[in-house]
Amino acid sequence: MPINILMPALSPTMEKGNLAKWLKKEGDKVKSGDVIAEIETDKATMEVEAVDEGTIARILVPEGTADVPVNDVIAVLATEGEDVKSAGAGAPAKEAAKAPPAPSAAPAAAAPAAAPTTPAAAPAPAAPVASSPASPHRLFSSPLARRLAKDFGIDLSAVQGSGPHGRVVARDVEAAKSGKGLKPAAAPPAAAAAAPIAGPSDQQIRALFAEGSYEAVPHDGMRRVIAQRLTVAKRDIPHYYLTSDCDITRLVAAREDINAAAPKTGDGKPAYKLSVNDFVIKALALALQRVPDANVTWTEGAMLRHKGSDVSVAVSIPSGLITPVIRNAHLKSVSVISAEMKDMAARARARKLKPEEYQGGTTSVSNLGMYGIKDFTAVINPPQSTILAVGMGEERAVVRHGKIEIATIMSVTLSCDHRAIDGALGAELVAAFRALIENPIMMVV
Amino acid sequence: MADTSFDVVIIGSGPGGYVAAIRAAQLGLKTAIVEKQFLGGICLNWGCIPTKALLRSAEIYHYMQHAKDYGLSADNVSFDAKAVVQRSRGVSKRLNDGVGFLMKKNKIAVIWGEATIEAPGRLTVKASSAEAPKGALGAGSYQAKHIVIATGARPRVLPGLEPDKKLIWTYFEAMVPERMPKSLLVVGSGAIGIEFASFFRTMGADVTVVEVLPQILPVEDAEIAAFARKALEKQGIKIRVATKVTKLDKKADSVVATLDDGKGKTETIEVERVISAVGVVGNIEGLGLEKLGVKTDRGCVVIDGHGRSSVPGIYAIGDVAGPPMLAHKAEHEGVICVEAIKGLNPHPMDKRLIPGCTYCHPQIASVGLTEARAKEEGRDIRVGRFPFVGNGKAIALGEDQGLVKVIFDKKTGQLLGAHMVGAEVTELIQGYVVAMNLETTEEELMHTVFPHPTLSEMIKEAVLDAYGRVLNI
Repeated sequence: MPINILMPALSPTMEKGNLAKWLKKEGDKVKSGDVIAEIETDKATMEVEAVDEGTIARILVPEGTADVPVNDVIAVLATEGEDVKSAGAGAPAKEAAKAPPAPSAAPAAAAPAAAPTTPAAAPAPAAPVASSPASPHRLFSSPLARRLAKDFGIDLSAVQGSGPHGRVVARDVEAAKSGKGLKPAAAPPAAAAAAPIAGPSDQQIRALFAEGSYEAVPHDGMRRVIAQRLTVAKRDIPHYYLTSDCDITRLVAAREDINAAAPKTGDGKPAYKLSVNDFVIKALALALQRVPDANVTWTEGAMLRHKGSDVSVAVSIPSGLITPVIRNAHLKSVSVISAEMKDMAARARARKLKPEEYQGGTTSVSNLGMYGIKDFTAVINPPQSTILAVGMGEERAVVRHGKIEIATIMSVTLSCDHRAIDGALGAELVAAFRALIENPIMMVV
Repeated sequence: MADTSFDVVIIGSGPGGYVAAIRAAQLGLKTAIVEKQFLGGICLNWGCIPTKALLRSAEIYHYMQHAKDYGLSADNVSFDAKAVVQRSRGVSKRLNDGVGFLMKKNKIAVIWGEATIEAPGRLTVKASSAEAPKGALGAGSYQAKHIVIATGARPRVLPGLEPDKKLIWTYFEAMVPERMPKSLLVVGSGAIGIEFASFFRTMGADVTVVEVLPQILPVEDAEIAAFARKALEKQGIKIRVATKVTKLDKKADSVVATLDDGKGKTETIEVERVISAVGVVGNIEGLGLEKLGVKTDRGCVVIDGHGRSSVPGIYAIGDVAGPPMLAHKAEHEGVICVEAIKGLNPHPMDKRLIPGCTYCHPQIASVGLTEARAKEEGRDIRVGRFPFVGNGKAIALGEDQGLVKVIFDKKTGQLLGAHMVGAEVTELIQGYVVAMNLETTEEELMHTVFPHPTLSEMIKEAVLDAYGRVLNI
């Protein structure tokens, strides 16, 4: 019987998505694990893998189709021995596709590995999702191999199995630790398929270094997503950058006063301790409200004008990055923002954030001031249109009215998506931010 | 004229050789096996199998002597030594015939005689004095694309302890005694020595075991060996460890042995018979290996993980290819070797996962690392133990003396070793062997349901104990 390939759900709440690209055409043979298509939502792009072996008899939804409902039949697979033509001819109409909903377990299970995002990378589930409600793609591995992989932080799917029928056993994971026995091209990321120019191959790169002079650390899912999303963002988004020096002398003083006035809790600790970054989040959120034209997302069909200011904040975690989102930051007090940040940063490090806590957002803040960075530019985190790169606050000599003065200056650089925000508009947003951060009292208005 | 050209010729029809031959035939290779004396080799004819038959007689005799422990009566229990031996020989004969049948069934040519490899691809077989089975090919020249040496091993001979087959026995003579000796000295406390000690003791002999190392069953875990030693001594077996037999004075129908405990104390004991069980050495002679330049080391052919020797086209498996010299290791090596010849790219054997069994009473079985070895390797370990006294089935059987011990890697939960002493443990060990082969951790073992009431429940209990969760003790 021909097998229906259904529109997968990227998350439990997803109802429809775009069929971005077909990587196989009618008549192509596929085997389990082959990537056959790419599916997009506003949040992520995901690969659809074949679960069964066979021949693509018919593609029912052409690539580029937007808003394909979850569980619609998108293609028909003829299994071995079946006549491809008749399997395709007998392709079910839409209503025939009343299959049980795509297993919500798949996206949920994918979440821990797929959580990552960068200052410029929106989250995207990296794990394969079943293209039909049948059994999900299974990776065979021994219990010990799984435990070792977890301990070493190695992505098992990247390890070449040497056990019976390719089962990943302990020695494979041990070998992978030192860079041996990794799959030659483990699950090429979606972005790679679309890349117009291929860089040097892994082999060519490795040949440049003496054998034994390096350790090859296998990528985990987070690293792959970071690489994939950043590449797409930097390549496809026409970035431009606006830098401004903000005098935060008053902010520093205000922060000290506010923190000093913090009431003590039961155990004698202050109820809050606000950071400069907490004010930056608040200021950016308010600035977007003042310049609503800059609180937007580019889509091919239309410009999405966001109502709230959801600020993603880049948090560095071991071996990667994640961007928890402060929702409606413009409506929250700085102390609430501060508390939320502390909580989410801690859970981010423990990799315990829920997808809805790091997906979405209308802008981002990336602060490297604590590392002594004066100024830098960040890569936009799609589908957002802006990201604010925040440098270190430091005392600098400034010239005012013909006199040299000392002021605490913090340089910020806003990266903008030129498709959505023109230069003047971007500059307006920076000016609004600067006005707020230099006059923190305005944030309480 | 008979066909003399084969894809694979295997020299030796022991458990390694004949299993390799069957596997080769299954894979469609034209196969022949060369044997000079017994189809089935030592294992079937003079080793594993006939000793198990003898030990079974001893075991039943032991139970009959203890019938009243079970509420039964059996008076005037005795045995007929000749009949015991006869039964053992009958068992061997039956299996020996079985191998002949298997060769026929798989269309494997049997070449009767002694083989010498002339060159890769070519061998000469000389007639043997033993009577050839029906349908076997005889002496002559044979061609084989692949030659597998599976010639096994023979008893090691130590200077001064040379077996004379009359007073000083090897396992060959010990297996077919005309009568049970009144007193016996067993030199060496490996599996062979301990099994004979156990057999002859049960049959009433006064048995002394001398071991040069500080522990009997030297390859076993020290705790298990100590447990076994206590049990054997309780049965009346005298055990001297760290002791050497320096001299054997042969009398008319007895031997006076001089024992040296290494601290300058010597003593002499007089025994009717001596069994030399000081290990086995590979049969590498007479095959023409030196001329061919086949690399050997300490009496064994040096091979890679697929049985390949240093000379292309020549392979070795089993005892002749090095320790551990065990039938089941030989069988598996044979299969791997033949599959590699066929180009199937089999997995080399992990020698750590080869179990070892000793069929004395109580039995001993083990796989993997001993506690001492694991510590030597610098591993952080967790040890679990479970005694037979905590197992319902063991108590019902009247076999409440025994111990199951497991060793885990503390960090990864990898099962590193399992060691057992007690009733039927040789039938239990494979539970751990399977687990180790599948690389299970403690978690899977704890999640496995074991049937009740069985001795196998102790497999799980020992694991639980390693993690502080033991139930029935």
